[in-house]
Amino acid sequence: MDHDHAPFADPWLGKPLPLYGELAADGYAELGFKCGLEIHQQLLTRRKLFCRCPAGRYNRGEHHAEVLRHMRPTLSEMGEYDGTALMEFKTRKNIIYHLNQETVCTYEMDDAPPFEMDDQALDISIAITMLLGCNVVSEVHITRKQYLDGSIPTGFQRTAIIGTDGDIPFGGKTIHIRQLSLEEDSCREVSDKGHVRIYNTDRLGMPLIETVTDPDMKTPQEARDVGQVLRHLCRVTGLVRTGSGAARQDVNVSVAGGTRIEIKGVPSLRAIPRLTHNEALRQRTLVGIRTELERRGARPADLPAGGCDVTAAVRGTSCRFLARAIAKGATVMAVPLPGFQGLLQVQTQPRTSFLKEFSDRIRVIACLDELPNLALSTQDVPTLSSGEWNRVAKACRVGSEVPVILVWGPRQDAETAVSEVLIRAREAFAGVPQETRQALDDGTTGFERVLPGADRMYPDTDLPPIGLSDERIDRIGSDLPLPPWEREARARGAGVGPDLARRLARHRAWELFAHLLPILQERSEAALTPHQLASLLLDRSCPRPLQIAAAGDWWAGITRKLVAGELLPEAVWTAEAEPVEPWAEARAEEAVAAALADLPADLPPDPDKREAVLMGKVMPLVRGRVPGSTVRRWIHALNREIQP
Amino acid sequence: MTNAAEDFKGYRSPTLELLQKENAPVWSQVTLHTTRGDFSGLILPRSETADALHIVLKLDTGYNIGVRWDTVTGIDVHGRKVANYQIPEKEFPVDPGKPRVKLFGTGGTIASRLDYRTGAVIPAFSPGELYGSVPELADICNMETEKLYGVFSENMGPEQWMGTARAIAREIETGVAGIVVGHGTDTMHHTAAALSFMLQDSPVPIVMVGSQRSSDRPSSDAAMNLINATRTAATSDIAEVMVCMFGPTSDEYGLLHRGTRVRKMHSSYRSTFRTLSDIPLGKVDAEGVKPFRTDYHQRRDDKKVKLVDVFDDRVSLVYYYPNMKPDIIDSLVDNGYKGIIIAGTGLGHVNKPLYPALQRAYDAGVHVFMTVQTLWGYVQMYVYETGREIMELGVVPAANMLPEVAYVKLGWALGQSQDRDEVKRLMLSPVNGEITEREPHNGYLVFQGGIPEVDEFISSHWK
Repeated sequence: MDHDHAPFADPWLGKPLPLYGELAADGYAELGFKCGLEIHQQLLTRRKLFCRCPAGRYNRGEHHAEVLRHMRPTLSEMGEYDGTALMEFKTRKNIIYHLNQETVCTYEMDDAPPFEMDDQALDISIAITMLLGCNVVSEVHITRKQYLDGSIPTGFQRTAIIGTDGDIPFGGKTIHIRQLSLEEDSCREVSDKGHVRIYNTDRLGMPLIETVTDPDMKTPQEARDVGQVLRHLCRVTGLVRTGSGAARQDVNVSVAGGTRIEIKGVPSLRAIPRLTHNEALRQRTLVGIRTELERRGARPADLPAGGCDVTAAVRGTSCRFLARAIAKGATVMAVPLPGFQGLLQVQTQPRTSFLKEFSDRIRVIACLDELPNLALSTQDVPTLSSGEWNRVAKACRVGSEVPVILVWGPRQDAETAVSEVLIRAREAFAGVPQETRQALDDGTTGFERVLPGADRMYPDTDLPPIGLSDERIDRIGSDLPLPPWEREARARGAGVGPDLARRLARHRAWELFAHLLPILQERSEAALTPHQLASLLLDRSCPRPLQIAAAGDWWAGITRKLVAGELLPEAVWTAEAEPVEPWAEARAEEAVAAALADLPADLPPDPDKREAVLMGKVMPLVRGRVPGSTVRRWIHALNREIQP
Repeated sequence: MTNAAEDFKGYRSPTLELLQKENAPVWSQVTLHTTRGDFSGLILPRSETADALHIVLKLDTGYNIGVRWDTVTGIDVHGRKVANYQIPEKEFPVDPGKPRVKLFGTGGTIASRLDYRTGAVIPAFSPGELYGSVPELADICNMETEKLYGVFSENMGPEQWMGTARAIAREIETGVAGIVVGHGTDTMHHTAAALSFMLQDSPVPIVMVGSQRSSDRPSSDAAMNLINATRTAATSDIAEVMVCMFGPTSDEYGLLHRGTRVRKMHSSYRSTFRTLSDIPLGKVDAEGVKPFRTDYHQRRDDKKVKLVDVFDDRVSLVYYYPNMKPDIIDSLVDNGYKGIIIAGTGLGHVNKPLYPALQRAYDAGVHVFMTVQTLWGYVQMYVYETGREIMELGVVPAANMLPEVAYVKLGWALGQSQDRDEVKRLMLSPVNGEITEREPHNGYLVFQGGIPEVDEFISSHWK
């Protein structure tokens, strides 16, 4: 029933979009691709930011009490309502918080005012601000940033700017850092179904910094790489949390004619390139749709003011999902979209058409989350019979060529759905609507909420501003670690190869390297090069940071022996005072064979795991005598012969 | 500079001179060149309680920061953008089929806006503003509002209590369906007690309401409390002075507490108000008002209310502590106080060294009544010898009247008479539940967390 087969004027419409990997840098330049990052990083503090609850303690789903809340929009300091806030209000969600008494107190429940900001968190965030080359503010003002999705029980996040306008070097250019803020982390969502959203509060209130870059990244890959640099920058301080969920990122993408779209909840830096690629093309298609609407002379004023109730017209339909909904008392509403012929099926992302933008809005805002949540008269998939569609078109007083969207659900939700369909249709005339989008597993994005603006900011009236004295800044500044790019430059300068230098710069062994390098550089005829030292330190057996101080002395002695050629690098892990003499190959082979003489019966069937077990059995017996790489080679060969 | 105070709102020396010299009043869009780098944004007014050394800048992202005046090396002014802070005002719709409710404001934050000078929130109040922020009210009633005072709860006192009582009486005589009084929460129970004594036999509900989270925050309890209170005023059959505030901390329902038995029990919880030594009058939610009991004053059709708007403020409330010295009582007597409420320990006791001072107070014609600082339960001064001795000094046990309620009632009683017997009669004849004949077993329920069965109950209900 597709009625408008005329080719689209815009070259990007109506044909398959290039997949990720099919577009080169000049392709992105042509699109006007721009990307900025918001990197969130939890800080390693003992307590949460505004109360004395322990930070970094998670409960595994166990909770002792629940609280139910609703959120209402409030005015910003500048006297306006925030669009996101109004959107969330429309969803009429019951928000339920799970409380575990080990991890939350009355503050997180929003039943007590904040305590003073954690000093440790403030110090760490100032250090990172300085590493980014930002201007540090002289007075920290705590601001409330509204979040009406319920992810924070107060309805706002307490957040404060620590610095603005920094720069970091990246691949021969400069990435501008817009600002760094210190804020409290939000709840973890447990579920969101219909009008009920459930949150776990354990993470809530943990100190978090957000680093925001300008949209200086011009390709998807560059965005990922800059993200990596920023993450490592935080890690060099040793004062941030690592592990699952400790660092998260939002990515902002725009193309020429598009708008800044924030992709939320990007699970890892690796996911950035594909997501940003797909988002850029989605925006480009929406720009194409706008052009096409203009070409057709369609106007927002042609859209109807509301939907019509067609429940009676479609009662008795054999369309299963609709019949089921009607049996449950759903109201069915129809919205004709004149001017949109053929456009709703246009591909906007891989396996995704423009129609999904409508479906997403209905799911999120009208809480109609049982899919399908709409039907389209001009769709190829079977829904209503053509007779029923004709009745619907007649009820809407439009010709059958006009696409009609059906929505259904409890009356109030169906009405919200109608108004969302119309809002989204009107936005098509402007091109790309401002929204935050959710990162999906397949590399596409889905609507999350309307993009919040500066209107959601409000000064925190519960806490006074905090002055940052010059003494405090000086104290923190005098103790700053080298940022990764300077570490890398220093290692390269000492003769470490480029790959190794990059790895070392991000590795916890850096401190040790920096400590040992002078010992090595004292002797020009050294038997160990800085490159070899770096390689040795990046061995997985390197001591962990907490032990570095103690390990430092031991290492200094070892390094002297290595430099003098008295010790084989492989021998360092067993090295005591006496040098260990390497074995000749024949003896070595004999020793390995002896070590493997009686294999345990319960060897794992997986060859990789088996190899690891065998290595673990042999290495303690020959460490320092035979190079590990040689042992691995032999075991690898042997491993293939073993029948599990 | 026409009006320095307005143009440079909140700024004082030395920052004021800097901004004046650079011709950068508040609402200027500027770039500040500083020793810590450049900062661009909008100059905001400075809170008067913050120090005089910083300029407040709103960045384009909406964040505020402070820049210390002596780091500033230059200011470029680019333009001007004045904040227009207004609650969206919409005309409150009138429906002749709906009851008329009058909302009196004393200073709570039902709807509010930001005060730049103090950094605190100030209430917005007109029906239009209220309708703009809580449109649900129009489904319940036709609302009229009148601002009586604009004070924080701690600044409410006898003058405001009497003024409010008079205003309510006036309104009732015009035939209103119910009264709502917006009030700060800290002393809401004092005012509730005062109104209970000053407005007797009201034909309509008089509902006090406030919020524990100010209405400038999305999680505020203000809107739901106001909706619940308005519904109670418009439709409830309970024609008494009540406090309507959150039952649980969850957004579920409000409780209706009798004005003489209610007390704020937590400094910050939403569910802070509790009825003590008794059960609440009922609950209210979107479904309506559900009374928990039948012995309340019922709504009537007439427009008659008994107004007793008197108060003698030469009254004090003394919270007894071990080792209290007699000079505490002596100084009250010497300063002309006419009435003293003691919040005594246990069943109503004070230490022996106070006896002479109490005797002296009695001899000076001061009316002394005993209440208990345990809050729950009755004064019982016969059980121990101490109690009997204290009664012999002329101290009158005030049954299970809450200390704050007894304080308010004594001031009210002394406003009517100084005669010892008459004051005693007024104090011990309950007006509306401030003294009850019996304490039901479920009038005292403070759950103890940690007990497995209590924790189990808590985990199975919204808190």
